[in-house]
Formats: sequence, C-alpha cells, structure tokens
Amino acid sequence: MRILDLTAMELGKKIKAGEIGVEEATAAALAQIKAAEPKVHAFVTVDEEKAMVRARQVQEQISKGQLAGPLAGVPAAIKDNMCTKGMLTTCSSRMLSNFVPSYTSEAVRNLEKAGAVILGKTNMDEFAMGSTTETSAYGETKNPWNLEHVPGGSSGGSCAAVAVNECFYALGSDTGGSIRQPSSFCGVTGIKPTYGTVSRYGLIAYGSSLDQIGPIAKDVADCAAVLEAITSYDPKDSTSIRREDTDFTSALTEDVRGLRIGIPDDYFGEGLDSQVRETILAAVDVLREKGAVVEEFHLSLVEYAIPAYYVIASAEASSNLARFDGVKYGYRAQEYEGLHSMYKKSRSEGFGPEVKRRIMLGSFVLSSGYYDAYYLKALRTKALIKKAFDKAFETYDIIVAPASPATAPKLGQSLCDPIQMYLGDIYTISVNLAGLPGLTVPCGTDSNGLPIGMQLIGDCFQEKKLLQAGFAFEKSRCYKGPALAKELEQESGAVFQYTSVPQQNDSQ
Amino acid sequence: MKKQYETVIGLEVHVELATKTKIFCSCSTRFGSAPNTHVCPVCTGMPGSLPVLNKQVVEYALAVGLATNCQINQYCKFDRKNYFYPDNPQNYQISQLYLPICHDGFVEIETEAGKKKIGIHEIHMEEDAGKLVHDEWGDCSLVDYNRSGVPLIEIVSEPDMRNAQEVIAYLEKLRMTIQYLGASDCKLQEGSMRADVNLSVREAGTKNFGTRTEMKNLNSFKAIARAIEGERERQIELLESGGQVIQETRRWDDGKGMSRAMRSKEDAQDYRYFPDPDLVPVRIDDEWIERIRRAQPEMREEKIARYQEQFELPLYDAQILTESKHLADIFEEAASISQKPKEVSNWLMVEGMRLLKESEMDAQQLSFSPCHLAALIKLVDDNIINRTVAKTVFEAIVRSDVDPEKFVEEKGLKVVNDADALEKAVTEIIAANPQSVQDYKNGKEKAAGFLVGQTMKAMKGKADPGMVNEFVRKLLNEA
Repeated sequence: MRILDLTAMELGKKIKAGEIGVEEATAAALAQIKAAEPKVHAFVTVDEEKAMVRARQVQEQISKGQLAGPLAGVPAAIKDNMCTKGMLTTCSSRMLSNFVPSYTSEAVRNLEKAGAVILGKTNMDEFAMGSTTETSAYGETKNPWNLEHVPGGSSGGSCAAVAVNECFYALGSDTGGSIRQPSSFCGVTGIKPTYGTVSRYGLIAYGSSLDQIGPIAKDVADCAAVLEAITSYDPKDSTSIRREDTDFTSALTEDVRGLRIGIPDDYFGEGLDSQVRETILAAVDVLREKGAVVEEFHLSLVEYAIPAYYVIASAEASSNLARFDGVKYGYRAQEYEGLHSMYKKSRSEGFGPEVKRRIMLGSFVLSSGYYDAYYLKALRTKALIKKAFDKAFETYDIIVAPASPATAPKLGQSLCDPIQMYLGDIYTISVNLAGLPGLTVPCGTDSNGLPIGMQLIGDCFQEKKLLQAGFAFEKSRCYKGPALAKELEQESGAVFQYTSVPQQNDSQ
Repeated sequence: MKKQYETVIGLEVHVELATKTKIFCSCSTRFGSAPNTHVCPVCTGMPGSLPVLNKQVVEYALAVGLATNCQINQYCKFDRKNYFYPDNPQNYQISQLYLPICHDGFVEIETEAGKKKIGIHEIHMEEDAGKLVHDEWGDCSLVDYNRSGVPLIEIVSEPDMRNAQEVIAYLEKLRMTIQYLGASDCKLQEGSMRADVNLSVREAGTKNFGTRTEMKNLNSFKAIARAIEGERERQIELLESGGQVIQETRRWDDGKGMSRAMRSKEDAQDYRYFPDPDLVPVRIDDEWIERIRRAQPEMREEKIARYQEQFELPLYDAQILTESKHLADIFEEAASISQKPKEVSNWLMVEGMRLLKESEMDAQQLSFSPCHLAALIKLVDDNIINRTVAKTVFEAIVRSDVDPEKFVEEKGLKVVNDADALEKAVTEIIAANPQSVQDYKNGKEKAAGFLVGQTMKAMKGKADPGMVNEFVRKLLNEA
C-alpha cells in the first residue's frame, strides 16, 4: 500500500499501531508537495523544516502515549486565512505579503492539540472573495483533475491539495460556499458546520456573520473526525456556541432507513447543468434504495439569496478589511505624501480588483441614505430565507442540492464576468445566510471527467444526519482521486510504501 | 432696541469607566504605563481577533443609567462606526447607535431660580481609541494602543441648559453621581471625563433652535465656562453683523481664549454605522436591573440629609464631607467606630481640609484607615494625649496612615500628668521669669497664661494643660 492513498483516519490508525512513522508520513506528503506544486500550486507557504521538527515531536508524544487521538501525527494543510503563529498568513493578498501572526487561530490550536502536523498554508481567493481561487495575488491554483480548469474557491488550494494527496486533510472556510463548491469541483468531501460550531478566533474575517471554518478531506469519516477535533466552545468568540453533540464520528453508520430527504424543485430547474442534475439525482436514488424517503418540494425565495448575500457579505467585508491600512502591519506603499495618501496608495496597491469591488459595494450599501434600502432589506431577506428553511426542516431531515450549477469552469473564464460568477453561488449561499450545516460528497464525474459533488443541507446542529447520509452514500462507491495524484508520485520517484508489521509482543 | 439672545446648550460627556480590564479584551486599563504594554491582538486590531464584551461595562452603564433616571434598552446592540485614523486600530470604533443601553433620563440641578431638570437623551457604551504621539524631530507619528479599548460611556444630554452655570452644575452633578457609583473617577484633567459642548443662540422668546456648533478640547470646568461665553459672543456677533452660524466642530484654545473651526458639516464623514456582527446583542433582564438597582449606593443628597438628622451636623459640614464619596466613607467608618461623629467631622473639616489644601491634594487622595482616626479620638478622650499633640498625630495619620497608639508610644508623646515632674517644671519656669511673677502680683492675669505657655513649651506640649494651669496658680500664689 502507498501511504498517500490512505485516508486521514487510516493513516492515524497505522501511526498509532507503529506501522507508519509520523516523520515518514510527513516526508511523503512533503515529497508529493514538491512534485505537485509546479503544476497545481495549491500552497502559498510550505514550511518543510517546521513540519519535520513538529513530526518528530508528535512521534515522540505518540510513542510516550501522550497523544492518542485518531488524527495524531496526520499531516494537514491550513487555508491561508487562519492565523498561524510564526508562519506567514497572507489571505492570498499582497496586502498581507509580510504578515506573520503573533498568535494561532483557535481551530488550528485545536488541531495541534489533536496532534496535527501542519505542512503549510493553502492558496485561496484573495481574502476569500471569489469562487475560483483565481483572485489570489500569488497565482491561481489548478484543478488536479484537469489542469486547465479551476479548483473552485475560495478554499481552492485546500481542496486541490487534498485531491492531489499533498496532505491528508485540510481546513477551509466557507462564507458563501467556499468549502462546498471547491470540494465539488475537486472531488473531495467538505463540510461547513452550523454557524458558531467552530471558533472564528484567528480566522481573518470576510463576512463575520457568515464565515465558518470546516474540514476538507478524502471522505466523510475523515470530515467527521476533523470536525470533532476543531469544534470547541470558545469564550474568545462571542458567536461561539456551546454544543454537547460534537461526537460527530458516532454518526458514521450506514443506516438511512426512514431518513426524510427533500429535493427542492427550485434547485434542480433552469440553470443547472443536466449532467450535474442527473448525477446528483442518481446519487439520491442510492440513498432511496437504502431506505431513505425522498420527496420533491418547493423551497422558495431562492432568487433573493444572491442579492441578499452580496449586500451583507460586502457590507461586513468593507468594514472588516478597513484595518488593512499599512499602519500596523502588512503592505505599505513605498511613496506617499501624508496620512491619507499613505492609506489610499497602500490600499490601492495592496488589494486586488475583486476585493476592491466588494469593499466599494459594501461601503455603498452602508452609506447614509442607502442603509435601509439595501443593508436592512438584505437582513430582512436573510430572516425570510431562514424561515423558508425552518419550514422545510419541519418535513425533511436533509435537503439535497447541487454545490454549483456546473462542473469546474476553465481557467480565465469566470473573472471577466463577475455577475455570472456571483450567480454560480446560488446553491450554496442560502446555507450561510441561514447559518445551516452543509456537506459536499463526491458523487460522480461529467463527460469531461470533472467531478460532481452532491450537497447535503441540514437544519442547525444536525451535522450528524448529514454525515450519516454522506457516509451511507460513500459506502456504495470507492474513493478515487485524480489520476494526477498517482502520476506525480510515480514521476517524482518518491513512492512511499509501507508494509504491515506484526504487532510486537511485550513478552519478547 | 438691541435684541435679546438666549443660549441653548447640550452636552456630550465621555466618561472612562473604572473597570480593571478593557471593554473587549482582558488587557489592563491602567493609566500611565510604558507605551504598548497593555495590548493584545484584540485591542491592536490584529487580523482574526474578535471582541468579547466585558460584563462590568454593562453593569456600570446600567448603574449610571438608573442613577440618572433613564429607561433601559433591555435588548441593546453594538454598532461599528467606520472611519480611518491611526489611533483606531481596526479603523472602526465599536459603539452604540441604533439601540443604546440607556435613554430618556434626567438629572436635577440647583440653579439660581431653583431646581431644574436636565434631560438625558441617551447613554451608550463604546471603546476608547489609542493615543498618537507626534515626534517632531523624527518627522513621524507613533501610536500607543494602551488606551485602545478602554471602556467609555457617552452621556448625551438634551439641549436643556441656558448658561455656563447650568452646564457646570450639570457636570458637577454627573461627576458626583458617577463617582458615588464608583463607575469612574471623572477627572477632566486626566481625560477620564471629557465634555463636548453643543451651543446655539436664538432670539429670546423664539421657539426654533438656531444653528449649533460643537466645541471640543475642554479640559476644565473653567475652560468650559470660558468657551461657552466665547462661543455665545461669537455667534451673536455673527448674527448681529448679518452673518450666519455654520454648523461645524470647533476647537477651543483656552490659552488664547478663542476657538477655531476644525471641520464643517459638509466635511462630516459618513460613518456607515451597522451592527457589529462579531458581538451578540446584550439582553438585560429585569432581575439584572433589579440587582444593580439594589446595589446602588446612597447618593449625596441622601447623605447630606442623613448627616444633618442622624449626626446633627450643620448643612455646610454635611456638604463638605459628602463632596467625595471617599471622604464620606472615611467619615462614616470613623464615626461608626468611635461613636463620635461630631469629633470625626471636626477633625476632617478643620485639620483635614487644612492639610489637603497645604499639600494641594483632593479628598479622593486620602488613604488613611478610618480606624486610626477613631483611635486618635479615643486617645484624646482618655486624656492620654492633649489636643496640641493630637494635631501632630493626625497629620502623621493623614500623611502615612500611622497607628496613633504606637506612634504616641514610640515618639513619647503621652501627656505628662506626673505631679512631681510638673511641679518641678513649673517651679523652674517661675524662677526663670521673675518679671512675670511680679506682673501677676500686680494683677496682670495674662502673666499666668504666659507662664502656662512657657511650661507647655518646655514640656514639648506633652503636659496636661489643666494640671499645669493649676500648678502655675498654686505656685504663683505661694511665691
């Protein structure tokens, strides 16, 4: 068996059993990164030295029995919008090209407590604004399934890295679909938990009321394990929720008998690629065969989600990004005259066009005279959308939806028409507006061999139902990553194999 | 006939709350530390940091709101006020616009015409900004974020004041109330209380308000009074000369006794206020309000009345003793231990005030233990020390909080009432002052007093004055 083919949970078990060393697994991932990066460019920062030092420490702790969790020793990657003490954190922006945080975000700290080995920071759309990872100031990430296509976004780096075996799992963040859509495009599994489940402390904010951190992994079991590790009540985050039911791995049973699944007709009508529709409906049939009760229904208000989302997210972003001014940290223009010129030039040069567009949009909708007409109206729309979901969840346990109207577009296609790009978020943003959990599970590929994901949406705090259904579906198929992952491993000559060794007997 | 003008004044008062930690993080609020030593990712606006509300801020704001007869918004929120300035690390200030914690209250002030109610429009909670230090030699500006995130309340009055006296009375009333609540020390000079004055003038008798200006940089009550006079005159002159008052913010220069325009309404920024999504709404239930209400201390007016009634103190004394809650606390504790309120009051009113004046301190800075004052009173009562010595002991208590019994013992200040010693001392003094003896014999009563004084002096004030007097008369008559 090859180390890189293992899931995070499988690797964790083998590390625990002494079959694979943490350093060995870390070296395998780093070798794959070296081979894949020139083609895929999933990372902004890779810190080999730190990763290897950390791997040795973790191995020691595991050997001494001080670390025993399912993820102990498993190498991971972090989206570059989560603060990591002593490690560059850029948000893929020129603005933070020199920013090394003085503290580590709570979610990453939780992972470290669970024994994660952090390999580096993954590429993203600048400040998480975009759906393709093309707005990164450090160059776009490419889809490992087809290098001419985008990986989706904004967590495109994390999803591509998992798909191409550069890490065993990764953290992403999701403000309007940024975990679920690129997971779909890259054929990996990703979950955005209920708002308030994972602490946002240390996550560089885009839209504070919508942002959530979540795992991206090879399968549902890994997602459950990582989610369990990063979930915590954090007094440093006022929006953090104290939850009891965070033993997500306990939901990994195949039983979906009696599970009520709703198919919103407004998500499967006009605008949805027919191959995507058919593939997802076929996946729903698998669940039906396993005993789930499937029904079509009308969700309503779907067309209002996009305007409401772009008003709210941009408004919050315009304020959240005000702190990037060249005064305290980050990019400062070389030449300026006086304070205002320093602000203007630093921000003009430090931010890319998509970020500027959203800051301007957000500033506009909050301006006096427009606040009521745009921002307040958007908040009311948000409340109505939540109501529509509440009503649906009176009848259904789970709602099934696409994660995107089509499979991954070609590089360079999306940014020339931002409105079209925004419309592509239609199936994911309502979930953020309503604070709901959403899981993307790969369910097939289109005729071009590009992955298609099925999105499962649950009521607040019902992640377990999503994981259960996702797990049941996943059991009916075999995880298959992109061919590129294996090709690169072969090309680089760094094929990390392992052989099972019999457990040593204490009496020997 | 010359037109009569009426001045209309409203105040915005910022008060720094006396919490130990900042409003949204656990950094210390201590004043005067080395720059950027009380800072963390939150109060320096580091990416990814999040605010968490300090509950004590809400408690203080509630206490001030209840003491000023306000309505409480039991569901209140924080909003972001967006503007760029380097002392504001996030480039937005977390404040309250849409749902401030308190609204529609009033305080009562004394005016020449009697009692008057000054309306309070609202009280809201917000964070303070850092401090910019302009380095003129280095051609750069530095920023100290120690003050960034220190909690403030802003108390916005209605335009109910008509002259500087009313403004000062209102500010004194607010200061006293807030000090009594322990919510702030309210020092204008140190900036823990800051007042901006909104002023307009209108022809007497008219209903509509004139155009107002806002005056900033007022660092003392005197400056406030001068600024009000100055601005009133400036506006009237403008109107009289056919001009118009422009709505603007002006900066008072107390040294020059004049103000200059900082920015006009046209330059006013659009702060793009919106609810801060990083903070959850504050829900204040009835029980919380009741708890704060029950914990409200006795206010000054109540104390003044009680002191007059319970302790039979004159109104003037009761007023002085209650001018600071700290002094009133010292008085009450010492009075309760000694059971001699009048004695305690006398010490504080006469010697206490003299010492404060001498050392240019205010009552707030008194730091001695009230039990020591009570012990001093007992020493005098028991005739262990005399009054002259007692003054020295009192000064030592005020300056360094000494235990009077120990102090008297160590310094050997006890009254000498040993008859032999006293008789010997008086004999010596009489022998040394034959002229005075002669004067006494010639009927000059004063001479006896002089000899008593000389004896006391020779005994370094420690002699029992009654006994000395007796011996002097006895020995003079025998001489």
